[in-house]
Amino acid sequence: MAQNAAEITPLDYTRYDFKDPETYKVRTPKGLSRDIIRQISALKHEPAWMLDYRLRAYEHFLERPMPDWGPDLSDLDFDAYTFYANPLAEGDTKKRWEDLPADIKNTFDRLGIPKAERDYFAGVGAQYDSGTVYHKIREDLSKKGVIFCDTDTALREHSDILRKYFGKIVPYNDNKFSALNSAVWSGGSFVYSPPGVDAGIPLQASFRINAKAVGQFERTLIIADKGAKVHYIEGCTAPIYSENSLHAAVVEVIAEADARIRYTTVQNWSKNVYNLVTKRAHAYENSLVEWVDGNMGSKVTMKYPSVYLKGRGARGDMLSVAFASEGQIIDSGAKAVHSAPDTSSKIIGKSIAIRGGRTSYRGLLHIARGATGSKSAVRCDALLPDAVSRSDTYPYNEVHEYEDVTISHEAVVGKIGEEQIFYLMSRGLNESDAIHLILMGFLAEFAKELPVDYALELNRLIQMEMTGAVG
Amino acid sequence: MTQSESPGHTLIVKDLHATVGGKEILKGVNLTLKTGELVALMGPNGSGKSTLAYALAGHPKYTITSGEAHLDGIDLLKLSPDKRARAGLFLGFQYPVEVSGVSLSKFLWTSFTQTRKAEDVDTDLFQQNLDQHLSSLGLDPAFMKRPLNEGLSGGEKKRTEVLQMATLDPRFAILDEPDSGLDIDAVKQVGETVQKLRSPTRGMLVITHYQRILKYARPDRVYVMVDGMVALSGGRELAEELESKGYDWVKVGAASSKPGTASPASHA
Ligand SMILES: Nc1ncnc2c1ncn2[C@@H]1O[C@H](COP(=O)(O)OP(=O)(O)OP(=O)(O)O)[C@@H](O)[C@H]1O
Ligand SMILES: [Mg+2]
Repeated sequence: MAQNAAEITPLDYTRYDFKDPETYKVRTPKGLSRDIIRQISALKHEPAWMLDYRLRAYEHFLERPMPDWGPDLSDLDFDAYTFYANPLAEGDTKKRWEDLPADIKNTFDRLGIPKAERDYFAGVGAQYDSGTVYHKIREDLSKKGVIFCDTDTALREHSDILRKYFGKIVPYNDNKFSALNSAVWSGGSFVYSPPGVDAGIPLQASFRINAKAVGQFERTLIIADKGAKVHYIEGCTAPIYSENSLHAAVVEVIAEADARIRYTTVQNWSKNVYNLVTKRAHAYENSLVEWVDGNMGSKVTMKYPSVYLKGRGARGDMLSVAFASEGQIIDSGAKAVHSAPDTSSKIIGKSIAIRGGRTSYRGLLHIARGATGSKSAVRCDALLPDAVSRSDTYPYNEVHEYEDVTISHEAVVGKIGEEQIFYLMSRGLNESDAIHLILMGFLAEFAKELPVDYALELNRLIQMEMTGAVG
Repeated sequence: MTQSESPGHTLIVKDLHATVGGKEILKGVNLTLKTGELVALMGPNGSGKSTLAYALAGHPKYTITSGEAHLDGIDLLKLSPDKRARAGLFLGFQYPVEVSGVSLSKFLWTSFTQTRKAEDVDTDLFQQNLDQHLSSLGLDPAFMKRPLNEGLSGGEKKRTEVLQMATLDPRFAILDEPDSGLDIDAVKQVGETVQKLRSPTRGMLVITHYQRILKYARPDRVYVMVDGMVALSGGRELAEELESKGYDWVKVGAASSKPGTASPASHA
C-alpha cells in the first residue's frame, strides 16, 4: 500500500529534457570517412589490429545495403551525424564523482546517479556521447577479480580477454549497423566475472546522448566465466532536439558453462533517436542468459536480443517490452537459436501502442539438427488501447530437428477492454487512471524485474503518455 | 428498518428506458431505494436486471433513452461512472472483470482513496475493516496479493465483489447475483455479510434468482422485473412463492398491473 504514495508523485515532463552546453574536448567533423575512423583510433592509441578491424567493418558498412524490411529508415542521413564527441580527453575516465566537470555531474545527478550507486549497485558507469566519463566498481568485487570498466580501458588493460571475444558473438558483417558500430565504436561496458564468482547485485551503466545530431556507438562485452554470475543494468536517455540522433550499439554476452547472466535495459531515449542495436549472447552448457529489454523511448527502435544456445542444457529467457506512442515505431523481439541438445528458450514479448504508435514483434526460433530434447515457448501479448495505433507480429520458425522437441507459440492482441475500464471506473477511478492501472498491470512482469527507481520511472512515463491520450 | 431516520438518502429511478445494441431492454423502470433498506430484485433470465444495474452505474454500452435516476438531488445520468461511484453508488458485478498484473489490494486501496475525501482516508481503519471482512467472507488474506479476479473461481469472484463493497462502504450498493455459483456455505457467508452490512447509512439492492440468500440477507421488499419493467413487488414471502411457482403467473399479471406502483411496500 505504501508504494501507492509514490505513484501519485507529480509529473515531471522536463526530467530528461535538459541540455548541457556542447563543450567537447574532442569532436570529429560531421559525417564519416576512413580518415575519421583513423582519427578516432589514434585518439584512443589503439593497437593496429583494432584499427584494421574498424576499417574492414567500415568497408562492409559502405557495401551493405540498408535493411529491406522493418521500419522506414529513409530519414537516416549518415552525413548529418557527428560520430565522435567526447566531453573529456580520450581515456580520461574519472574514478571519483567529484572530478567530473560540473555540467556532466549535474546531468547525471539529475538522472539519479550516483545516488543509485550508493543505494543499490555494485558498480556504476556513465557514458556521455562518445566518452566514458565515470566508472567505478565496489572494492570487494574487484578484489574477487571482477572487472567492470569501459571497453576502451579494457582494450588497453585486459586485451587478452577482450580480444578472445570481441566481434566473435556479433561479427561486424552481421548487419549494417553492427558494421557501423564496429567501425566507430567508443565506450560501452566491459564486464568479466571469474569462475565461480557471484557479482550478485547489479552493475549499472547509464548512457546519455547530449549533443545535437550526434551518434552514440557504445560496444559492450559481458563475460561470465564458468559458474559465475553477472547482473547488468543499463539505462538510456537523451534530451529532445528537432534533429535526429543515432544510437547503434553492439552488445556481446558470453555465459560459460553453468554461468548466469541477466542483462536488463530500460531504454528511454527521447523521441528523436534512431535506436538500432544488436544484442546477442552465447550460452554454454547449463548456463542461463536472461534478457530483460524494455523499450519505451526513441523514434525508431530495431532490436532483437538473441541467445545462441550452444551447450547442452543451456537456457535463454527473453522478456521484450515495447511501449510506442505518437511518432514512435518500436520494432523489437527476440531470437533463440538452439544448437545443442536439451536446450530451452522462453520468450515473452509485451507491447503497448497508443496514440498512433506502432509496435512490431519480430521473433526467430531456430532449432538446429541435433538439438534433440529442445523446448521453446513464445508468448506475445499486445495491447492497443485505441483504434489509431498498430501492432504486428512476425514470428519465424526454422525447425530442423523434431526428436523430443516441444515448441509453443501464443499471440494475443487485446484492446483494453471497455469492460475493464468500466469495471475500474465503477470503483471511482477516472478514465485515465483506469487505463494507467491496466497498462501497469500489463507490464507488471517487466516492472517487477526492475530496481525500484526504474520501476517508478516506468510508471511516471506511462502516466505522462496517458495524460495526453485521454481527454 | 424500512423507515430509516432522517437525514436518510434516496435512490430514485423513474420511468427509466434504456437500449443496448439498438434494442430497448428497459421499458420504464420505477424503483425507490432508501438508506437503511435492503431490497431484493428478482426476475427471469434476460428480463433486464443486469441492464438496470449497468445503466445506473453508467456503462457506456447502455443508452438511456428517457427517464430519470437520482441519488438524493444528484442526477446520476449526467455523471461518468467514476463520478457516480464517488457520489456513493457501488455495483457488485454479476461477471466481475479480470485485470492482470493489478493486485486486489492495490486496486481496492486506489478505489478507497478515490471515493472519499483525503481527510477521510484512514489507513488503519481500512486495514482493520478489510481483515474483518476477509474473515467473515472466508477469504484468505493472501487473496489480496492475487491479480484482480484473474484465475479466481466463480465463487471467489463473487465473494471478492462483496468484500469490495464492504471495504469501500458505499451509500448505495447494487449487488448483481452475489450468490450465483456459490456453494451452500458460501451463500451463508455472503448472505450474513450482506445482512451485517445493513446500516442506516446504506441502501442495498440485491439481484438474485434464489430465496436461499434472502434467508440470511433479509430484504424489506422484493421487486420482480419482467420484460424490462418492475412488474410486481411484495414482501419477503414473494421470493418463496416465486421459487415454488416460477415466473409465468407474474408474466400474465404483468400486462395488467402498473409497473412498480402496485406494491404494498412502495412508499413515498
Ligand atoms: N450488449 C448487449 N447487446 C445485445 N443485447 C444485450 C446486451 N446486453 C444485454 N442484452 C440483452 O438484454 C436483455 C437483458 O439482459 P440482462 O443481462 O439485463 O438480463 P438479466 O435480467 O440480468 O438476466 P440474468 O438473470 O440471466 O442475469 C437480454 O435479452 C440480453 O440478451
Ligand atoms: Mg443478470
